[in-house]
Amino acid sequence: MPKIVVQVMPKQDLLDPQGKAVAKALERSGHKGIKAVRIGKRIELHYPSTPTAAQLAEAHKIAESFLTNGVIEDVVSVTVEQD
Amino acid sequence: MKIGVVTFPGSLDDRDAARAIRLAGGEPVSLWHADSTIKKVDAVVLPGGFSYGDYLRCGAIAAQAPVMQTIMKRANEGLPVLGICNGFQILVESHLLPGGLIRNEKQHFVCRDQRLRVENVDSAWTNAFKQGDEITIPLKNGEGGYIATKETLKMLEGEGLVTFRYLDVNPNGSMNDIAGLRNERGNVVGLMPHPEHAVEPGFGPDSPIAMRSGIDGLKIFQSVLNSVVSA
Repeated sequence: MPKIVVQVMPKQDLLDPQGKAVAKALERSGHKGIKAVRIGKRIELHYPSTPTAAQLAEAHKIAESFLTNGVIEDVVSVTVEQD
Repeated sequence: MKIGVVTFPGSLDDRDAARAIRLAGGEPVSLWHADSTIKKVDAVVLPGGFSYGDYLRCGAIAAQAPVMQTIMKRANEGLPVLGICNGFQILVESHLLPGGLIRNEKQHFVCRDQRLRVENVDSAWTNAFKQGDEITIPLKNGEGGYIATKETLKMLEGEGLVTFRYLDVNPNGSMNDIAGLRNERGNVVGLMPHPEHAVEPGFGPDSPIAMRSGIDGLKIFQSVLNSVVSA
């Protein structure tokens, strides 16, 4: 199904406790050399047919206003994908 | 005087909030998330819980609810609104208060009787306190870490908009030990700890006088009665 994929990450300068816990667990289980882990979100908006330019613009707006909170997260990308 | 308490899918402390309003001398009125009406209430409480399962971000989906569109409009016109815990998260997601709330610094859900200092009494919900009062009310949250940009923090501190600050322990990694905030006008207040659980002797936190006798939360609900009477 055609879709728009929105990728979201916690802001660079903020502590990401989830990522930090995963990084610690990796280190404990013997995976050395990983400096940090950060965990974000992938959100898929599905469409019946290939999204139009207007729908992509709308998705950008949704991503900035509702799917993320600008104080704590950044929208990394908003892209059209086909399966 | 009528104080609305909104129930969202996943609200937990709506009935406790209604009970606190009654004990303070007000009349609680139930409000429903899917209604646009707020039934001529004089103030609104957004209670604690996990509205919409905390999906997306805590409070984010509740901020889109029909009742919130009315509350946002009325809050901007001066209607007193208090957000407790999840209610504070909803206020932040509704942009009625600045900043954001993220997972506790140490990942754990924290439940404890929390000491706070009342930092500002010029609001609809804190006017029954004295500046610098130290109070104890329960705190219970998993995502209560308050964050904001440097500029926002500077503005909050500079204009006295921090209403409550954590004492002894910062339970969730909140910046500047911030436990609660008000808006510029003073009608909107949000805080992570739960004043509605410290309103009746026998059912509150321990106090130096006796076990479970703490009722420091009551003044928050008495404050709004004062503010509406004097308005």
